Amino acid sequence: MNEKVKDKSKKNGFKMKSENLDFFYGDFQALHDISLNFESRQVTALIGPSGCGKSTYLRCLNRMNDLIPISRVKGKVLLDGENIYDPSLDVVMLRRRVGMVFQKPNPFPKSVSENVAYGLRVNGIKNKSFIRERVEESLEKAALWEEVKDRLDDSALGLSGGQQQRLCIARALAVEPDVLLMDEPASALDPIATQKIEELIHRLKKNYTIIIVTHSMQQAARVSDRTAFFYMGKLIEEGETDTIFTRPKLRQTEDYITGRFG
Amino acid sequence: MANKQHTKAKTMQSLFFCIATASVGILFMIMIFLFMEGIPLFKIVSPNDFLLGKYWYPTSDPPDFGIFPLILASLYVTLLSSVIAIPLGVMTAIYLAELASPRVAEIVKPVVELLAALPSVVIGFFGMVIVAPFLQKTFGLATGLNLFNAALMLAFMSIPTICSLSEDAVYSVPTGLKEGSLALGATHWETIIRVILPASVSGISTAVILGMSRAIGETMVVLMVAGGAAMIPGSLFDPVRPLPASIAAEMAEAPFRGDHYYALFATGIVLFLFTLLFNIVADFISHKYRQVGEASL
Repeated sequence: MNEKVKDKSKKNGFKMKSENLDFFYGDFQALHDISLNFESRQVTALIGPSGCGKSTYLRCLNRMNDLIPISRVKGKVLLDGENIYDPSLDVVMLRRRVGMVFQKPNPFPKSVSENVAYGLRVNGIKNKSFIRERVEESLEKAALWEEVKDRLDDSALGLSGGQQQRLCIARALAVEPDVLLMDEPASALDPIATQKIEELIHRLKKNYTIIIVTHSMQQAARVSDRTAFFYMGKLIEEGETDTIFTRPKLRQTEDYITGRFG
Repeated sequence: MANKQHTKAKTMQSLFFCIATASVGILFMIMIFLFMEGIPLFKIVSPNDFLLGKYWYPTSDPPDFGIFPLILASLYVTLLSSVIAIPLGVMTAIYLAELASPRVAEIVKPVVELLAALPSVVIGFFGMVIVAPFLQKTFGLATGLNLFNAALMLAFMSIPTICSLSEDAVYSVPTGLKEGSLALGATHWETIIRVILPASVSGISTAVILGMSRAIGETMVVLMVAGGAAMIPGSLFDPVRPLPASIAAEMAEAPFRGDHYYALFATGIVLFLFTLLFNIVADFISHKYRQVGEASL
């Protein structure tokens, strides 16, 4: 499965891409004609002021916006060359391949290990030893295993905010997605917990394609390979993170990055 | 000027304090009265004989004051009505909070709550005139006024309580939890079963217990449709005489401060203790297992 996916993405050039994506909340157009490519095993940061559409865009990539009844999407989002908005596509399968970590840690009111096992269980996996192994593996990948290995059966709500967020990452990794979407994963955390999450992103990009929305320019500069700047529902500029932060092509980008607005 | 305002605020505060104390005080005095009028019975009958005695013949000579059949009747009727009302109420709540389109929910929700506004005498009347003959004919019974009929009518009365409180509980499960589950590739249905219901179980339990407490204390309906026989029921279709029905039916004919009168008040104490217990349990659950939300940082 993984081999096949790799081949496909090579042929295509990109793991995921959007083509002329428009998004509407009722009559309000929140996204205008966004075309953006995401390379395999790279971190792409989406930056921009509040309300610029970066979170909305992120939520289009795993069709989380489907939950909003009055929303409408135009254009295409391709995952390994396949349009995820194709009516024949199974949303549940899509979300298993494109994992998501939310702004606020949202562990389920269950034990630590049940949180991680959740995705496997809804996938119909019942083999206990397999689940146990996968739970350990995922917690290790999320750099949480050492801290929770003695309290796997305790409630996840007893963990600290930073631990909860890493638990949510572990939970997402357990279903072995190809792409990981992160919506301001560190905005509710203290600096030390934030640093841990950033280190984790660094390590995870060896195996995953990561797209992260962030409010913090420093964070974008630290963790990402590419950066896309959104403003008023439009994609203003996109490129190598170094270039965007040192020699942006457009004045608007420069103004935002240097803190003149936003 | 400032001083004047201060005095005014003080006066208002004391006024509200007095009103609040008065309401609590009156309720408390009613409770004292209940106990004062009920306890003298135990000079004649031991609490044990009263609670576990199998015969309730308050007007015979000598009278029998055993309320065991009445307690059983109340418990059976309440239990059976919960068996009917809980699935209906909770499933309606889940439907309204999770599955129904906003437009449907907008119509159905007030309708369900309207059910709560039906006077119990109307429900009792419905049970007497429509349900009783139906049961009698369908099952070939001696009377349609029986345990089952009473439970059914009480279920109608507790469904609105159970449904609207459960709906609140289900609705207030944070979107974050729901999205977290969906983002892991769970279907909507799996999300409801595995995340939303467990997260709202304390609210739902509270709703169920409050619904049951309403059913056990309800008087008019059981007076009208339970059949009124103070016997230990042998089947679902036997007529029964729950505690409140017994009090309401006999109070008028019991001689003031006679043994029968005391016995009815003592029955009231038992009923009071039941509803008190239900409410304490509901309160305990809602505090101890407070609805868990998103992580608080």
